[in-house]
Amino acid sequence: MNRYLAVLRVFSLILIMFAGTMTVPVVVAWIYKDGAQYAYDEGIAITLITGALIWLFTHNQRRELHIKDGFLLVVMTWTLLPAFAAIPLMSYFWPNLSFTDAYFETVSGLTTTGATVLSGLDNLPFSINLWRGELVWLGGMGLIVLATAILPLLGVGGRQMFKAEAPGPMKDTKLTPRMAETAKGLWAVYFAISIACFFALRWAGMTWGDAVIHTGSIMGLGGFSSHDASFGFWDSPKIELVTMTFMTIAGMNFATHFLVWRQRSAAPYKFDPEARWYLVVMWGSVLGVAYYLWYLDAYADFLTALRYAAFNVVSIATTTGFANTDYNLWPLFAPLWMLFLSSFVTCSGSTGGGIKMVRAMVLYKQTFREVIRSMHPAAVQPIKLGGETLQNNIVFAVLAFGFMYMVLIVSFTLLMAYSGLDIVTSFSAVVACINNTGPGLNQVGPATTFAVLDDFQTWICTSAMLLGRLEIFTLLVVLSPAFWRK
Amino acid sequence: MKIIILGAGQVGTSVAESLVSEANDITVVDTDITHLQALQDRLDLRTVAGNAASPSVLKAAGAEDADLLIAVTQSDQTNLCACRTAATLFNLPTRIARLRSPDYAEHPQLLDENNFAVDFSICPEQIVTDYIIKLVEFPEALQVLEFAGGRVSLVAVRAFEGGPLVGHPIADIRRHIPKVDARIAAIYRKDQPITPTGDTVVEAGDEVFCLAATEDIREVMRELRRMDKPAKRVMIAGGGNIGYRLARALEKNYRVKVIEENKRRSEFLAANLKEALVLRGDATDEDLLEGENVADMDMFLALTNDDENNIMSSLLAKRMGARRVLALINRRAYVDLVQADRIDIAISPAHVSIGSLLAHVRRGDVAAVHSLRRGAAEALELIAHGDEKSSKVVGKPIEEIDLPEGVTIGAIVRRMADAEKVTVNSGALLAEHHRVIIAHHDTVIEPDDHVIVFVVSKRLVPKVEKLFQVGLGFF
Repeated sequence: MNRYLAVLRVFSLILIMFAGTMTVPVVVAWIYKDGAQYAYDEGIAITLITGALIWLFTHNQRRELHIKDGFLLVVMTWTLLPAFAAIPLMSYFWPNLSFTDAYFETVSGLTTTGATVLSGLDNLPFSINLWRGELVWLGGMGLIVLATAILPLLGVGGRQMFKAEAPGPMKDTKLTPRMAETAKGLWAVYFAISIACFFALRWAGMTWGDAVIHTGSIMGLGGFSSHDASFGFWDSPKIELVTMTFMTIAGMNFATHFLVWRQRSAAPYKFDPEARWYLVVMWGSVLGVAYYLWYLDAYADFLTALRYAAFNVVSIATTTGFANTDYNLWPLFAPLWMLFLSSFVTCSGSTGGGIKMVRAMVLYKQTFREVIRSMHPAAVQPIKLGGETLQNNIVFAVLAFGFMYMVLIVSFTLLMAYSGLDIVTSFSAVVACINNTGPGLNQVGPATTFAVLDDFQTWICTSAMLLGRLEIFTLLVVLSPAFWRK
Repeated sequence: MKIIILGAGQVGTSVAESLVSEANDITVVDTDITHLQALQDRLDLRTVAGNAASPSVLKAAGAEDADLLIAVTQSDQTNLCACRTAATLFNLPTRIARLRSPDYAEHPQLLDENNFAVDFSICPEQIVTDYIIKLVEFPEALQVLEFAGGRVSLVAVRAFEGGPLVGHPIADIRRHIPKVDARIAAIYRKDQPITPTGDTVVEAGDEVFCLAATEDIREVMRELRRMDKPAKRVMIAGGGNIGYRLARALEKNYRVKVIEENKRRSEFLAANLKEALVLRGDATDEDLLEGENVADMDMFLALTNDDENNIMSSLLAKRMGARRVLALINRRAYVDLVQADRIDIAISPAHVSIGSLLAHVRRGDVAAVHSLRRGAAEALELIAHGDEKSSKVVGKPIEEIDLPEGVTIGAIVRRMADAEKVTVNSGALLAEHHRVIIAHHDTVIEPDDHVIVFVVSKRLVPKVEKLFQVGLGFF
């Protein structure tokens, strides 16, 4: 029992800090007098009181957390915080927003998915949109540490390849000897790039308010917008270019950004084994899709095709989910290819979703290894990333991860189809949620919202987002009976 | 000369063997008494047992009045430490250390007088590797040696029916390839040296040593045999130090397969080689060789530590159809047994690697020494000092120099002092500063020329050295 109390103590502190983050929309609502302030007052009150109560009961449970406790803490943070984050939304929309939908919206924010059930965004109070943007930004912040420090420690899905102790491609990823210092360094980089993104967006022509909201949304690779038309609202190539640039940056490993910043040289980008593939695959796809659209006469001239292809491909591939046109109307191959990209293109240690480029590389190399093995049975061929050899147990972990990822997509898609949706909607919604991308196709396409789903379907999507974000195994571990056995 | 050799391993033993015959006082130091005893029984030298890096052992070995220290133990650290000790405590003038790890070589300041005090460092594995690389580049050659920083090459080729020069007198080479200046330095017919003159007719089966500028080597070889396609597929049996270095050097330009039996070593190889395919297994296993298409290999290189294994696997590979096979063989008796019979090239690593050591031991100013025909003959690069009065070679046409029978002057590399003569057409500015002159009877040697001399028998080496020494008196 003691064990769980110590975890609860830490969680209570997180909750109290989270209540603190709600003060931002409160202040904004108070300044703008947008009529949503009461919603946050309630949110802060409930969150703070809950946190304080838990802390009162557990504050003397000071004990070092074990790795096993890490699983529980991570799962609690990502499943319970959205519930508290949902309070202001439910309170504001009362009684028009069910808990199911509100929780979906905040899970979508904190997992940096960007799928929304809300419409009429342009008419919502500024503070509500700000809260959504802030959730994504906070989610991204938590995610960086989750991805670069915590998951490697837990060894989820082959993540231990990033552990400093193990020989792996990213030895330097352990940037400083202590995890707390690492987190601070990464946050500093995240914060600095966010500031740059904010001013760039403002410069490109957004209002100050929109720039804040979209900075959060871009840096977390979420996809929430304050406009129903998303980037179609501005129809500005300049804004799109700035957004694409920062989406591309946020899709790379923040540990690499950190090293670049600390060493004052671009060399770490060159030695990051993922970065090259990430850029080549994504921007290669941009050209391919642009050509495809132009060839099929979806757009009259190539440059227009390139503009729309570039923005939407980068947005979906990095699992952001902005759109500047309804790409659902494109020939089906293009949006499907974009969804496919979203499932593996982003780098580990970024704020993106999917199985991550590094795992895709391991899967590819493992396949290639089997081919070679059948021709040269005596061959010794370790899997190498960035010149370093991967242990076989890591490769197995990655294989298991890839397998579970497929199983989840298939079974969730079947459940969605069983509940009455067409197959394209079912499949795309599941893929968009498990990759934390956002918009799917057909009924959940970029021009519509997830509000069309019933409660059952919404909960499937919510689970998919959480499973995708927590890299499947973190959640599976906590759900397994063995975890709770004494 | 008083010489101390530290380490009685393969390198130490062969250094001792080749120096003992040259009338030197040699002391060998090693920790293993049985090694030393075996050596002492066989050669006329003194041995001291103990840690080679410790001052008392060095003193016992006579470091106080020794002229040369050759530290060739297995351990880089021992060698470095011994050099420093010898320099500080005994003022030993010349210190040579074997450094296997490239780490030290990358930081030359570590080796200078203030630090480890190593005058020359050698890495036998690297020398053997470079030697084999040359043979892969020129698969038709038996041996390829470079002089004067790679500007001149000496190549040994077996003459075959079909080469334009075979069956013709040597002088014809001028008519066949008028643009290329080459010199045939020696011919071995049925293992007996022939001093070639213009009228000597080259016969099929002759082992011919030619000297030419490095870029002309291929042209000259074409005179003596039909040239095959350049090698593309290389199989290396044995991923030890040499096998690994070789695979690393070759994997970019060749399709390389490495066979290694040891599990951990094969994993190390696979982790550190980028392109080469690493196979775990026994190189004498014909199923493995068959499965990996040994028949399509242009080169099969047997480089394990085990002579018998190397011989068996290369014999097997040859029988199964590998185009050219090469075996690393330490024991001299074996080398003579197999070469020129079924194995195309047998390499004795010790002979290949001690050449650079010998250069420091020789009297006179010797820039390079290469053992030929497994130590029987030698090619030297000597620097001619002095002037017409003090030197026996400077200022004379070659035909007037009193060369002993069996000694040939092959080429001269001359540094061009004045900038006017430098032609800067190809961009190779540095190379143009030196001119390669293939020796003819009327060529005159100038002061500070690098002279490449071919000696058919090692007995003649001291005479050559004497010839190039600057005389003290003027009478």
